[in-house]
Amino acid sequence: MENKTDYSDDIKTIKKIMEESSRFLSLSGLSGLFAGFIAVLGGLIAQFWILKNKTFLISFSQLKYLFRDVSSIKRELITDATLVLIAALAGSFYFSYRSATLKGQKIWTPVSKRLLLNLFMPLVAGAFFILFLYSAEQWKLIVPAMLIFYGLALISACKFTYDELFYLGVAELLTGFASAIFPEASIMFWLFGFGILHIAYGTFMYRKYEG
Amino acid sequence: MKADISRLNKFFENRVRLGIMSVLIVNNSYDFNNLKETLGVTDGNLASHLKALEENNLIKVNKQFIGRKPNTSYSITESGAALFRDHIKALEDLIKSQ
Repeated sequence: MENKTDYSDDIKTIKKIMEESSRFLSLSGLSGLFAGFIAVLGGLIAQFWILKNKTFLISFSQLKYLFRDVSSIKRELITDATLVLIAALAGSFYFSYRSATLKGQKIWTPVSKRLLLNLFMPLVAGAFFILFLYSAEQWKLIVPAMLIFYGLALISACKFTYDELFYLGVAELLTGFASAIFPEASIMFWLFGFGILHIAYGTFMYRKYEG
Repeated sequence: MKADISRLNKFFENRVRLGIMSVLIVNNSYDFNNLKETLGVTDGNLASHLKALEENNLIKVNKQFIGRKPNTSYSITESGAALFRDHIKALEDLIKSQ
């Protein structure tokens, strides 16, 4: 006759396999931390280097009074944000790869593919939408759109990784709406959403699962 | 509910079968190679257990081509899912009762 440990071993095995086969758990908290620091760096570059710290609260309609060449300022801001996005993505791939290798897990699995699909569908939709906003010169909606689509992407991806990602998604979404209400403070909300929230989330996750 | 060893499904005592059912109950479908990797078993071992599960109508097989490569994926049947849930419930009740 079997004893208690056999039954609980069975249950443990079942739960472990269910989780590993349906969730990608190699997303490292370090990815969040890294993305956050990169975003802070990008935000500071925007504020002090591109905008020369001439104003803390920017209203895009006022840019033309502060700068002679507004279109190059806009180009530089977009380039800055794009570089931040690329660096943050590269960082999260690197840290996930490292974390998977340390745990002896594969990074390219049916689950990680589903995770990427669910993450990138809203992100790519958002990217196109932002291009429309850009060509329609709806500057003040660009940062809210970035935050809102990113929040939706996280909410859609969280089913395939840690549940906590849902709360980061909701926080990004709320930050996006707040930034739509106060468009002059776009850069501040951008810094908060992509910088501070990522650092807080990354630290929390690292301590909880890897510390 | 009464804890009863007879409620355990003998068919799921085997670790490989238990593993296959655990994967398929949370995934719509899973292919052979990914099952093999997830469970860490050999081709032959996995194939024989998959065959047994299929013959008992607990899982179903979907054969298709991805490009030119044949791809075999598996999914759980309704009765398979119901039986596996009963088995998990029975295990949990046994642990609680002891």
